[in-house]
Amino acid sequence: MDEGYLDQFVSLFDQYDVLGAFWVNIQLTAYAAVLALVIGTVLAVMRISPVPSLRWAGTTYVTLLRNTPLTIIIVFCVLGLWGQLGITLSSDFQTNFFRLAVLGLAVYHAAFVCEALRSGVNTVPVGQAEAARAIGLGFWPAARLVILPQAFRGAVAPLGNVLIALIKNSTVAAAGSVAETSGLMKTMIEFRPDVILAVFLTFAIGYVIIVVPVGLATTSLSRRLAVAR
Amino acid sequence: MRARRLALALTAVAALTLGACSGGDDGAGSGGSDGATAGGGSGEKIRIGIKFDQPGLGYQDGSEYTGFDVDVATYVAGKLGYEPDQIEWVQAPSAQRETMLQNGQVDMIFATYSITDKRKEVVAFAGPYFVAGQDLLVAADDDSISGPEDLEGKNLCSVTGSTSAQRIKDEYAAGTNLLEQPGYGECVTALVAGTVDAVTTDDIILAGLASLPANEGKVKVVGNPFSEEKYGVGLPKDNDVCADVNSAIEAMIEDGSWQKALDDNVGASGYEPNDSLNPPTVEACA
Amino acid sequence: MSNLVLFDVPGPRTRRRMLLVNVLAGVVVAGIAVWALVLLGRKGQLAPAMWEPFVQPRTWTAYLLPGLLQTLRAAGLAIVGSAVFGLVFGMGRLSGSRVVRWVSGTVVEFFRAVPVLLMMVFFYSGIAQLRVVDPPDVPLLAVVLALTLYNGSVFAELVRSGVHNLPKGQREAALVVGLRPAQSLRLVEVPQALIAMLPAIASQLVVILKDTALGAIITYPELLDAARRFGSGNGNMLQALLIAALVFIVINVALTTLAERLAARVGRLTAGTAKAETPAMAATT
Repeated sequence: MDEGYLDQFVSLFDQYDVLGAFWVNIQLTAYAAVLALVIGTVLAVMRISPVPSLRWAGTTYVTLLRNTPLTIIIVFCVLGLWGQLGITLSSDFQTNFFRLAVLGLAVYHAAFVCEALRSGVNTVPVGQAEAARAIGLGFWPAARLVILPQAFRGAVAPLGNVLIALIKNSTVAAAGSVAETSGLMKTMIEFRPDVILAVFLTFAIGYVIIVVPVGLATTSLSRRLAVAR
Repeated sequence: MRARRLALALTAVAALTLGACSGGDDGAGSGGSDGATAGGGSGEKIRIGIKFDQPGLGYQDGSEYTGFDVDVATYVAGKLGYEPDQIEWVQAPSAQRETMLQNGQVDMIFATYSITDKRKEVVAFAGPYFVAGQDLLVAADDDSISGPEDLEGKNLCSVTGSTSAQRIKDEYAAGTNLLEQPGYGECVTALVAGTVDAVTTDDIILAGLASLPANEGKVKVVGNPFSEEKYGVGLPKDNDVCADVNSAIEAMIEDGSWQKALDDNVGASGYEPNDSLNPPTVEACA
Repeated sequence: MSNLVLFDVPGPRTRRRMLLVNVLAGVVVAGIAVWALVLLGRKGQLAPAMWEPFVQPRTWTAYLLPGLLQTLRAAGLAIVGSAVFGLVFGMGRLSGSRVVRWVSGTVVEFFRAVPVLLMMVFFYSGIAQLRVVDPPDVPLLAVVLALTLYNGSVFAELVRSGVHNLPKGQREAALVVGLRPAQSLRLVEVPQALIAMLPAIASQLVVILKDTALGAIITYPELLDAARRFGSGNGNMLQALLIAALVFIVINVALTTLAERLAARVGRLTAGTAKAETPAMAATT
C-alpha cells in the first residue's frame, strides 16, 4: 500500500466525524434497547396471560411488526406520526427525529424481544409453574416471582442476539433523517470513490469492534446465568 | 448470459476485496479498462440514462417512460436515427452518472445533469437543453416564503445527502431546520401535511412534482431561482455525436417541440422557466 | 411449558371482570384509532382519491407486482447464495484443519457483525467502479451479495450449532462403520443438523425477504421502491407504503407457516432435537 493512499485516507478523518457518527448509532441503540426491552416484556407477559384478548393482541403485534421491513416502520414514524399526526417528541427539530427513530427501532425490536423471552419461558420446566401454583400464587405473582426471573436468565443469549441486530439495524435510522454511520459512509464514498475500500473497511471494522464484544459478553453471561438443571 | 455476467461480477468482487492496493488509482480516466465491454449504440439500440423516479422529468410509469428529459432524449435520438423503440432506458442515479458514461455502458445521459467544470474533466457534455435553478416548493397558500432568506426558523425538506439543502443553511439561512428523506415524494407528503414549510431542489424538478394531478392546487414553485444549473447531455469523453446532439437540440427548440415538451410535462404547475436563460443556446462542443 | 398451568380456567366472576376490562381496553384502543383517523382525515389522507388507485389493476400490474417479482428474485438468489456460503463456511468451521477453522471463523464473524445496509452501499458503488457489470444489474448484484454474505454467515452458525447439538453417537457410529471424519460430517451430521435447524432457517428466510427492502436505498426496483415511485407520482406516499407493508406481512406470514409445516413433517428425520427457533438470529430488518 503506497503512502499517498494512506495519507489521503487519513485526511478523510479530518473532514468527516466518523467517531461522532458511531456515537449516534450507539445512542440510538442504547435508548431503543431499553424501550424495546420494556415493550417486549409487556408483550411477553400479555402472550402468557390468562386473558384471551391480551394474548391475541400480543400475537397480532408480534406478527405485524416482525414481518414489516424496518425501513417502512421508520419512515412511518417520521411521515406518519410526526408528519400527519403531529406527534412531537422534542422541541428541538433534530432531536425529534432522533427520538422518532428510537421509537421506530424500539417497537420493531420489541417483537423480537418478546420472541426471545418466550423462548426463555420455554426453558422453565412445567414443574416450576406447578409448584408456584401449589403454594397458592396467582398468575401475576407466579409470573413475576417464579417464571419471568428464570425466563430472563434463559433468554440472555437470544436477547443478546436481538441487541446485536439492533446495533446493526440502527443504520436504518438514516431513513428517518438521523445523521449516522450509513449516511456518512455513503457521503464519503460519493466524495472519495477512489478510497472506497478503505472507507468501507473503516466502518465495517468499527461495527466488528462494537458487535463482537457484545456477542462475547452475552454468551458468557448466558452461561453464567443459565439455571442449572 | 446473466449467469455469466454474475460469475464475472463475483470474480470482480473478489478482486475488489483482495486488491486493496489497486484502489489507489483514481477511478476516473483510464479508459482502457478491459472490463468495459458492454454497451455500444452502434446501429441497433441506443442506451440512454435517465432518472426513474422524478415525475415530470424522468419517470418510470410501468413500462412507459415519461417526462421532459425523456421527451428531449427521444427527440434527439430520433434526429440521430433511432426510432423510439430502439431506445433502451437505463436508470442513471446521480452518483453513478460519470461512471456509467466512462464505462460506455450508456450512450448518453439526460438526467437533470448539470454541466460543471469538474464533471467536464471526465465526461463530455452537449447542450445545455435547459437551464434550471435551485428553488423552493411551498404550500399553495403560503406567501411568507419568497426566497431562501425567508427560511430562517422554518422546516425544509430535501433528499438524504443532497447538497442543495446544505447550501441554503450555509449561504442564506443558518437557522433552517432540515429534514432529510429518501426521496422528493416523501418531502412533498410532509409539505402537503404542513409539517415542513418548503422543499428544495432544482425548479424544474419541483415543477414536475407540482404538476402531478394529486398535488395540483396544493403546492407551488416559488419561482425565485437562486442558482444556475445548465442541464447538459452527458456523453462519453471520446464521442463523435456531440455536434449532432447540439443541432438536434437547436432544431427541437426551433420547431416548438421543446416548448411543447416543457408545457406537457411541467406546465400544469403554472411554472415558467427563467426566460432570460431559456430556451438556452447550446455551447460549442469541446 | 404450557400456558395453562399458570392459571385456572377463569370462573364466571373472572370472566365478567375480563369482559369489563376488555370492553374498557377496546374503548381506549378505538378512541386512539378514531383520534388518529380524524387527524388523518383532516390532512386529507383518507380521501378516496388517495386509496382508489390501489384497486385499479394497473397499479398492481405496472408497479407493485413487478416490484414484488424483483423482491422475490433478489430473495431467491440470496437464499441460494446464503445456503452455499453457509454450508461451505459452516463445514469450514467444523473442519479438522486449524487454518481452515480459523479462516472460516473470521469470515463468518466479520460478515455477521457488519450491517447489511453498509454492505449494500459499498457493493453498489464498488461494483459500479469495477465496470464489469451492466449498470442495470449493479443494484441486484449488490443486494444479493450483501444478503448472501450476512445471511450465509448466519447459516454457517446454524450449521455449526446444529452439528454440535447432535448426539455424539451419530459421529461415533459413522466413524465405526468406516467413514472418514469429513465424510461423517458431510453425509451424517450436517444433513441432520440442517433438519434440526429448519425452524431457525425458516425465520432467517423471512429476514432475507424483508432485508431486500433495503435495496430501495440503492435503487434496486423491488417492492418498496416500486411503492415509493408510485406514491411520489400519485401523491399518496403513505398509502403506497402501507400497502407495501401489508404485502410484505402477508408473504412473510405465508413463508413462516409453510416452513413450520415443513419442519413439523421432517422433524423425525433427525437425531437432533428440532430446537425452537433461535430468535437469536431472526432479528434483522
